[in-house]
Amino acid sequence: MSDPVSALNNAHYGAGIAEVSELGAVGMITLRGDINTRGVQKGAVDVAGVKMPAPLHCVTDGSAGIAWMSPDELLIMCNYADVAKKLETLRGKTAKVHALAVNVSDARAVFELRGPHAREVLAKVAPVDLARDQFKSGMFRRTRIAQVPAAFWMPEEDVIRMVCFRSVAQYVFDVLSVASQPGSEVGYI
Amino acid sequence: MLIVSCPNCGITAEETEFHAHGEAHITRHAVGSSDDQMETYLFMRKNPKGVHFERWRHQYGCGKWFHMARCTMTLEVFGTYSAQTYSPPDDLLARIDARRPGWREAT
Repeated sequence: MSDPVSALNNAHYGAGIAEVSELGAVGMITLRGDINTRGVQKGAVDVAGVKMPAPLHCVTDGSAGIAWMSPDELLIMCNYADVAKKLETLRGKTAKVHALAVNVSDARAVFELRGPHAREVLAKVAPVDLARDQFKSGMFRRTRIAQVPAAFWMPEEDVIRMVCFRSVAQYVFDVLSVASQPGSEVGYI
Repeated sequence: MLIVSCPNCGITAEETEFHAHGEAHITRHAVGSSDDQMETYLFMRKNPKGVHFERWRHQYGCGKWFHMARCTMTLEVFGTYSAQTYSPPDDLLARIDARRPGWREAT
């Protein structure tokens, strides 16, 4: 079988105040339905292998994770290779409830910002309060990066992961690279 | 700049994360309506200087629609409420009454 190729093929920019990298192919399943019902939650938790997140939060453990996208949508993350099997399992588990699960892995790109200035770089391009006491590890925020929609969370302090549409991957990479160019520290956050 | 709270997901953000979609609570005249009603539904919009009820969408966030009451002159946001309603909630109207006495006569 042909190998999956991510949008930017693990592009990396390390010359600036934070490291920008594209993380390659990541498995993602969108699950829509009434996510407050037990049937939908159980399916998501069983397939993802992590606990159910609170609204506006995500729970991640390595490559596994569930993110709260909206009042009726969850994003399940896993290894790219496991998506087909997990999707089948999830559809089976949610067969009796009104829910829809779709493989969106190839429609997305995932980036990572790493370094002590990661918050600062992101704060330049997203309309979100990224102060250390406001945006904390475990929160999940859907917003915009400059001109395009994106969502991000912090698996740990000084590491920000970001999901965007594959079609705008190059734009997001360029924006983050410019925002992290050498000497561009703001020193506010 | 407007600071908007989405009643669907609870995020409070500035207006560029949202998108305005025009006047709210418009009656959708359809099959069987008169030409005048159809014209009203399609074209006739209020353009008040003051309190205005609008439809908004959390464009870059949860993607859900909601309603917002704001002042077109001062850009004060009185509040946001569910999209699944035909009229603004009473507590919001009371809040607007307190902030803008006499606004009902003006619009």
